[in-house]
Formats: sequence, structure tokens, C-alpha cells
Amino acid sequence: MVAAYLLASAAFEVGRYCQAFPNFGAERRGAPVMAFVRIDAKPILRRSQVRTPAFLIIQDPGLLNVAGVLDGLREGGGILVNSPRSSEELSGETGKAVVSFAAAQMALQMTGKPLANVALLSAFASLTGLLPREALIKALSARFKGDVLEKNLKLVDMAADQVPTESWKDITHALSA
Amino acid sequence: MLSALEGSQALAQAVGLCRPGVVAAYPITPQTHIVENISKLVADGRLRCELVSVESEFSAASVALGAAASGVRAYTASSSQGILLMAEVLYNISGMRIPMVMTCANRAVGAPLNIWNDQQDSMAVRDSGWIQLYCADNQEAVDTTIQAFRIAERTEVPVMVCVDGFVLTHTLEPIDLPTQEQVDRFLPPYHFSRALDSRNPLSLGTCVDPSFFTEARHSQHQAVLRATTEIMAADRDYAGIIGRSGGGLLSVVGPAEADVAILALGSVCSTVQESMQLFPQDRPVKLIKLRAYRPFPMAALREVLQGVRDLVVLERAIAPGSGGIVGMEVRSLATTLTQLPRIHNYAVGLGGRDVPIEIYPRLVEAITRADEPAWFEIFDLEPEKLPVEDR
Amino acid sequence: MTTTDDTAVETSVDTTTDIAARKAALRNRLKDKRGSNEAPARAGTAFSIAELREHQPAFRGLEAGHRACQGCGEALGARLVAESAGPDVILTNATGCLEIFTSPWPQSAWRVPWIHSLFENSAAIAAGVEAAMKHLGKSTKVIAQGGDGGTFDIGFQALSGMLERMHNVLYVCYDNEAYMNTGVQRSGSTPHAAATTTSPAGLERMGKRHLKKDLLSIIAAHHIPYAASASVAYPVDLRRKVRRAMEVEGPTFLQVHCPCPLGWGHESSVTVEVARLAVQTGLFPLVEFERGEVAGVMPLRNPKPVTDYLKLQNRFRHLFSNDPRAREEREHLQALADHTIEKFNLRGEEADPLDSEGADTVRRGGLVA
Repeated sequence: MVAAYLLASAAFEVGRYCQAFPNFGAERRGAPVMAFVRIDAKPILRRSQVRTPAFLIIQDPGLLNVAGVLDGLREGGGILVNSPRSSEELSGETGKAVVSFAAAQMALQMTGKPLANVALLSAFASLTGLLPREALIKALSARFKGDVLEKNLKLVDMAADQVPTESWKDITHALSA
Repeated sequence: MLSALEGSQALAQAVGLCRPGVVAAYPITPQTHIVENISKLVADGRLRCELVSVESEFSAASVALGAAASGVRAYTASSSQGILLMAEVLYNISGMRIPMVMTCANRAVGAPLNIWNDQQDSMAVRDSGWIQLYCADNQEAVDTTIQAFRIAERTEVPVMVCVDGFVLTHTLEPIDLPTQEQVDRFLPPYHFSRALDSRNPLSLGTCVDPSFFTEARHSQHQAVLRATTEIMAADRDYAGIIGRSGGGLLSVVGPAEADVAILALGSVCSTVQESMQLFPQDRPVKLIKLRAYRPFPMAALREVLQGVRDLVVLERAIAPGSGGIVGMEVRSLATTLTQLPRIHNYAVGLGGRDVPIEIYPRLVEAITRADEPAWFEIFDLEPEKLPVEDR
Repeated sequence: MTTTDDTAVETSVDTTTDIAARKAALRNRLKDKRGSNEAPARAGTAFSIAELREHQPAFRGLEAGHRACQGCGEALGARLVAESAGPDVILTNATGCLEIFTSPWPQSAWRVPWIHSLFENSAAIAAGVEAAMKHLGKSTKVIAQGGDGGTFDIGFQALSGMLERMHNVLYVCYDNEAYMNTGVQRSGSTPHAAATTTSPAGLERMGKRHLKKDLLSIIAAHHIPYAASASVAYPVDLRRKVRRAMEVEGPTFLQVHCPCPLGWGHESSVTVEVARLAVQTGLFPLVEFERGEVAGVMPLRNPKPVTDYLKLQNRFRHLFSNDPRAREEREHLQALADHTIEKFNLRGEEADPLDSEGADTVRRGGLVA
């Protein structure tokens, strides 16, 4: 949920309209949860659930094997996964274009907590070219302070280099209709 | 200032801008984030108010009543079961003509237990004598909350601001919060003419026998009816200062002369509105966003319903054994029109069922196909999930 | 209100705790009035109404002329509380007799700001009023009032919450041991074996099957600064307890035992006597708690048998029948009283001006020597 709010806030920081919401339910740590983000150049009115996302960001690699998780992804859409396994391996298994890196492990090293979300968002921004680094920094600064913020900002820089920069730029354009 | 805020966070800040003296609340999903955020404002010293974390919704409403009766601006918020637990106090507050504001983060009422959004809770207390204003998005929710205090204080009728739970309360989106200076200009300090004060002792809440009870009810009814004027005035003045309307009694999207209309309350309006843009139909259609449900804006509705041949009434609640709640009232009002429209009454999105972006073309198709208008149907029912005898 | 016996020579001017000095001062004032050294033998005959009025408290929060029954203990209790507390107070009131008989619109017997909302929320309304006073920076004290139904039963949750949150509120429970407003139904406060309309005595039942809820201990367990029981038969003690509670910054609680002639089935003229016997038998102990610990009791000089108390009231009439269970229940009630006397160590060792005999300064016909 935090990841979705951060992503939408970052989009807002660069002048986009945005909407972020959870798959309304009782969140318990460890239970699978979904959250959705919409980003647009014009105001977003609809309040419906996201059924056909352009991108999927998966924080727990185990979810890749859960039935239905990949359903609805648009043709040619991108999947970003927190996993120590390679992108090639996961793409082969799922038959879809998967980009993966060990985001949680990196977060554990940097911040002491295995929370994959910030690293994944940084990688997502880098892959799509949707959001400059400054937007993420602003969004993070609004939520964190001091030492925690410093560590997370370093994490942003490190994670950005883990994925091929702007390799999803074409998908972004193609699917933003 | 425009910022990306979660609905509840924005509502908490809007309440803070109104400088309440006492806030009392009890946790319930999906209202919780509102009072959590107010608590944070108080803890950070950004809001000077007495925050009373009570032991039940019943006491939340009661504490707010006591505070408002003592000459202090008071606020509470709840949802679902909490609204129903408050029901007795809600009647009491309005009957005593105590001005105060509460947010209903709309949620279904159990059983079956369900924490998701519909509007059964506020509909269950629609006759409690409170003004009810329904918000289509978080911006309206913020603007309506600020306006609500002025409406309540000028009319001495309490106001319930109905905000769809999760769909609005838990959604982060760009929201513009007015400045403190703007709100101060719009909303004068609280003054209650009958405040409890040891220098001027009054007895409030006395027992009224049959010789005057009827007249007390009549004057309450008149006061709620008259509130239409203050709702419009507050919206006009607010727009004058802040530059934006909160939605008046109702607002119309689409061509005024359209002879097909969809009437809805709350966030479903926004989805229908975008759906109308995405899937234009041959016949011109207008959307009537009903913001004021109590008082029921009869004159304004009559005006926008004049000339309508097909009227869809969408609602997120149900009166089992009868059907639509809003539908029934609109139907009754429509009998006073020169031309009675065909009224199609549908419930959608009960207990959080998603109202999809294709809602508009589906509705148009349904009313075009129907020989007889639906007296009342659950539009998104999936009958195949039920045993045959229950379908 | 017709229980005039308590008011004949009562005065609230004094705040001194020395009972002997207080009595002497009163005698001197009376002497000045009469120009005689003799103490009044019968105050009722010795003073005019106008003179008696002068000895009445300067402030009356609850005025005469309300619609309580003759001999209503609750009206007496509320009057004593209001005059001891006022005038800088705001009162809340649960639904019940007190609310009904004091506020038939457009009349009100209250000279202090007063609000009635519902049956079960007097404490919560008071909490809201208190929060408002805090916000406004006012020192006005808030007093919540309720009957035993509104306190022991339906309003218990709101009361517990108010105490736990440490609101600066004095909660007064006028305990007449049943739902009198609706016609004498049993409540959590109704004593064991008492007959009410929903716990009648009959072939199968000897009145209420359950015990009177020990509310004061439950209240004390909130560890609030002050909680006490009081009785309308001991107005001086009651006033002292009100004033004590008023001085505390924080939640305080007073349980005032108030006979109901209608509900208990006794003569209107013996309200105070009945209330006094409840104390003197040990059935209704007068106890004070501070922060959850017993801080004081009114000793019983000569504990009386519970039957002295029971036989005055129709609600216990079935306990005096030939039914063998009647004796059993009488013994049961005596055992309960004995237990209370032991538990609070109520048995006085010697005559004490503040015990159940000495503190009782108002008797039919005048002062106790």
C-alpha cells in the first residue's frame, strides 16, 4: 500500500494526475494484498478497480506462482519482481516479459529492513522513464525523515542501476492509451 | 494548496481547518484513518482541540452532543455498525437542534459481515433529522466538510457528510485544501444560542407531552426543509472565497435538454461521468449528481427532471421487501411532473462490488432493451452464484 | 417533595467538620432567634416558615414545585447535591424519574444549566461538556446524574469509559433500586429477594433471584480519586461528600441511596427512616474510596437486625409469610449485611459523633441531643 501511495505521489510531483488505492480489505502483515495506481495527464474520475494493468509490480516472488496474479495484464505489459532469481529464468517460467532483481535483499543491506517497495519503485521509474529520480525523492521526503530518508535515498540510487534504463519506455507509450 | 493526499488525510485536515473544539470518535473501518489523522494533528500541536477517544460510537456521538451544547464546535465520524449504534443519539442531536458535523465513511451493514462500501448505513438514518450530503470525490468531500459546519451552525440542524468508504477514504489523489485564512473568512467562530452556561442556566432536552410534540416535529421538519437555502448559500459563498463549488443541492453533467437522465449519489457519479466520456451513446444523456439527499431538494430535482423520458436511479442500498430507497422517493416526486418519466431503479455496488467503467453503456443497453422499466433490480447481481430457488 | 423532616433545622452554612462545634454554633443561632437559652424541643413548632427559610442554603439548584411523588428520596437527594455543588456547575441527566419530574416542558425546576439527552449516555454527555469546558478554559464543574438503571445497567459502559478517561466529572447515581420511571422493574441494583414487577414473589419465586450489583467496588476498581456511597438520611454526610468530590480535579462518583415510597411500598412519611435503617442494618454501607482503597466508613453504633428495615417495605412483605423459604431469605439478607459489616469493619467500638447514630442530626421533631 505504501508503494502505491509513493508511486502516485511521485507522479503527482511531476504534474501528473494520479490515483492510488488498496484492494480494499483488511491488511495484515504477511497476507497478500493488492494496491493499484493510475497515472494520467488528465483528471481521473473513475473509481472502478484496475482490471487490465499495464504494469505489475510484485513484491513477493512467491506470488508469481499464485493463480490469477498475472491475469489481466495487458498484452505486452511489463512485470517487475522482487526476486533473487534472474529475469530470464522467470520470463521463461511465466512466458511473459519479467524484470527481476533482489530488491528486498538490497533494502536489507541498505536500511536494515527487507522491505522491497522503495527499491522496486526506483527500478520501475528507471524502466519506464515515467518519473525522474527527483519525483521519487520528493515523495519519499514527504513520508520519511532523517536517517531513514537518507538510507532510502541511497537505496533509490542503487536500485535504479539494477534494471536496464528506459527499456520499458515503448511499452509505456504503447499502453498509455 | 494542491497536494496528493489520501482521502481520510485530506478530510482530517479539512476538519482541522474548521478549528473544532472537541472531536470524539471510536475506531471502525473504513472511518479510522480520519480520526487517526486528526489525532496526529493534535499530537503534533497543529490542532488545538480536545480529542476524546471514547469507548463506543454511542459515546462518540454523545460526547460531541455534550460539547456542541456547551458552545464548542464538535465533530465525530463513523461507519456502518457504528452509525447504527449511534442511531439513537443521532435522532437526539437533531431533535435538540444541536449543530454539529459528522463524516459517515459509507460502508455496508452486516450481516453478512462486510467492511466494504455501500450506502446502507447512512440510508438507515436518513430520517434521523440530519442533513445528508453525498460526495462524488475527495475534493467534494473536503469542500463539503468545511461547508457543513456553516450549514449546521446557521440552521441548527446537524450535518452528515457521506463519503464512500475505501473508494474515497482510502484513495490517494490530488486534492486542494483551502488555506486557514480562507476557511476563517468563510466560517465564523462557533456560536450556539442555547449553550450550557452557568451564568445563564437553561434546561435542554426536556420532556414534551402530546400538547406540543407535534409542533416540535413540525418546526424540525421545516428547519431541515429550509436548509436547502443555506446549503446553496454556503456553496455560493464558499465558491466566492475558495473559487470552487462543492456541488450545490445537485449538479448536472451533460446536455440539460437530454431526455435520458441517470441520477446517483456519491462516488459512483465519478465513474459514470468518465464512462459517459469514454463510451458516448447515440441518445443524449445527462447525469444528475444528487448531493443533498436530506433535505430532499424537491424543487431543484423537479427542474432537472422536467422533460426527461427515461430516468435511471442508481443507488447503493436496498430496502428489503420494498426495493430502492432513493428510487422510491424520486418516483414519488416524479408524479408531480407534467410528464412522468419511465423510472429504472437499480442498486449497484452493494458491499463493495466494483462498479466497472463500462457501467454507462450497460445501463443504456438495459433501459433500451427493457419493455417495462425495472421497478427495482440489483443491476450487478450474478444469479448463477445462487441456488435456483433464490434467483 | 414532602419529606420536610430533614429540613427543619438543617443548615449548610457551616463547613466545619467538628460536629460538636457545629451543633453549638447552630444552637447559638437558634437561641439568638428565640431569645432563650433553651434548645428547641420541636423545631417545627418553634419557627415560622420564613425563619426556617433563612436557615436554608443560600443556593438552591433544584427548586421546589417539581412533580416528584410525596416522600421521593431521589428528589431529596438531587436537591442536596445541587445545593451543595452549585451554582457554577453544569448538570447532565439520564432519562428517568428525576428527568421527568423536573422538566415537563415548558417548565423546569433547575436553576443550574441542565441537559438531558438519553437513558444510557449521561456520563458521555458529561464527558463532552467537560471537554468543552476544558477547551473554553472554564472552571465550571460538570455533574452527571442518573438513576440506578441508567448507572448500573444501561449506562454502565459510558460511565466506565468516562471514569477511565479521567474526565473532571462528578457522577451521582440516585439509587432507588429499580426502574421506577417505567413502573418498578428490577435492575442490577435491586436487592436480593426484593419484589418488583419483573421479579414478583410467587409460588416459584421469592422476589429477585440475584444479588444487588456491588457497583461501588467496580467504580473503585477504576482507581479514580474519590468514590463514595451516601444516603438521604444523612444529609450532612451527603453534602460533605459532594463538596469533597467537587474539590477533586478528576472523576468522582457518588452513590446516593434514595428510597422510593411507591416502588418500595412504604409510607411517604418514612422515607428518611427507611433510608436510615438501610444504613444502620449494614445493608447499605456508607463508604469512601480514594484511588481504589477504602478511605473511610460511617461506623454503625448498634447494628440493627435487617428485619427492622425489611418489615417497613411491601417489596419484602413475602419474606414475612409462613413460607419456610421466607425465613431462609431473611437469614440470607442478614448474612449479607453481616458480611458487609465485617468486610468494611463497620462496627463502631464506642459512641462516635460521626457514626450512624451521631451523624444523624435530623430526626422527626428536631436535633439529636
